Amino acid sequence: MSLRALPVGDAALLVEVSSGEEAQALHAELLRRRAEGSLAVREIVPAARTVLLDGLTDPARLATELTAADVPPAPPRARAVVELPVRYDGPDLADVAAHWGVAPHEVARIHAATEFSVAFCGFAPGFGYLTGLPERYDVPRRATPRTAVPAGAVALAGPYTGVYPRSSPGGWQLIGTTEAVLWDHARVPAALLSPGTRVRFVPVGAVGA
Amino acid sequence: MTDRALAVVRAGALTTVQDRGRPGHAHLGVPRAGALDGPAAALVNRLVGNPPEAAVLETTLNGCSLRPRSAVTVAVGGAPCPVRVDGRPVAWGAPVRVPAGALLDVGTALRGLRSYVGVSGGITVEPVLGSRSTDLLSGLGPAPLTDGAVLPLGSPTHLPARVDVAPQPAPPTELVLRVTLGPRDDWFTPEAVRAFTSRTYRVSPAGNRIGLRTEGPALDRARPGELPSEGMVLGAVQVPPDGRPVVFLADHPTTGGYPVIAVVRTEDLSAAAQAVPGTPVRFLRVRRR
Repeated sequence: MSLRALPVGDAALLVEVSSGEEAQALHAELLRRRAEGSLAVREIVPAARTVLLDGLTDPARLATELTAADVPPAPPRARAVVELPVRYDGPDLADVAAHWGVAPHEVARIHAATEFSVAFCGFAPGFGYLTGLPERYDVPRRATPRTAVPAGAVALAGPYTGVYPRSSPGGWQLIGTTEAVLWDHARVPAALLSPGTRVRFVPVGAVGA
Repeated sequence: MTDRALAVVRAGALTTVQDRGRPGHAHLGVPRAGALDGPAAALVNRLVGNPPEAAVLETTLNGCSLRPRSAVTVAVGGAPCPVRVDGRPVAWGAPVRVPAGALLDVGTALRGLRSYVGVSGGITVEPVLGSRSTDLLSGLGPAPLTDGAVLPLGSPTHLPARVDVAPQPAPPTELVLRVTLGPRDDWFTPEAVRAFTSRTYRVSPAGNRIGLRTEGPALDRARPGELPSEGMVLGAVQVPPDGRPVVFLADHPTTGGYPVIAVVRTEDLSAAAQAVPGTPVRFLRVRRR
């Protein structure tokens, strides 16, 4: 894995790799180092092609060390699969079907047959960027974002699937609805999904109902 | 009544509960939040005898009015403003005793934007992920104050500080923000990077707790296209498609897709929190430490 460590201010490093899979492997390795006590850092924030390390005392030294290090592939995930019941009834289901060149019920079948994993979080507490769909199923964002997407909306954009934890504006293509609670700060952990979580969508009811 | 609580008589334009925020949860999409002028919040806590992590109130521009249900010690700092108890002027920047049922009025800022109100015992609303801070981006923590709301107070642990007035930095008439370039300065033309670190910007009225927005020369990209989302730090200077730099403050999103041209030193962000719209801003390039 070739990685590039970019300094960010005085106390952070942005470590850039060349794919989402590499970013997940690097994230797993950094979590392992923190757990064993060899990496002191306040935040480890994985994203699409990068992992941000914030709250470092000597970022330059870590940059040198990481660039020389071998990062093993992400270990097989031992974590259980989180199952999210979903009604495939989103208003953009037909548009997504057209992009994919399939019938609307096929969107549900393909989506529900995929095992996703949370590549990273952001946008809102509990919002995970889920990867797993093959590249040919990438979809564009909507030309005009909606001013209000309801909580529980299951949506697609680019290579990602996401579930809106609460009502907010949004430009993703809505294909369904779940009643799962993505974020509850009274619960431990508050977020149902965190980076690395495996996710399956389990269809409920008829497609397009 | 003798219970330890504060009734909100006038909430003001935007008054929020703030402490030192909730760092450590960025990977879940949780902003750090916390007082924008951290030194001012720490000072008012010290003046009333609170530990530094106690929750205080952060006002915006026109203060707020509060009626404590039991006698408390308060201190107001940050943006200088008139402070009155039942109409009588009292000290700003020093501990003041407010009797039970009296009206504490924190007036409009004379200079600067955000005043901080420390209350003995601290504000003890329910913490979320270890912090009582209001986070305006994600909606975590207590809602901004509304007229008629009641805030619980803790019990004082120490005596107030014995000072007549505590020195505090004046709000800036010109904001100089020291920056180190990167991580994405190579997404901009050399002329844009030069303009960014040599021209004068102004604080835009569109700023908030999420970011300080600026008006000034637009920064041109050297490369087109979209940056995949990546983690964002406090003080990151993100440049959206309109080319005007935005300095990320405490409630900033934890990941973002616009390139970050530079990062402001954390020590300079408290001055940024006090810069009123129209204040000239210069980004001063410094070496990484």
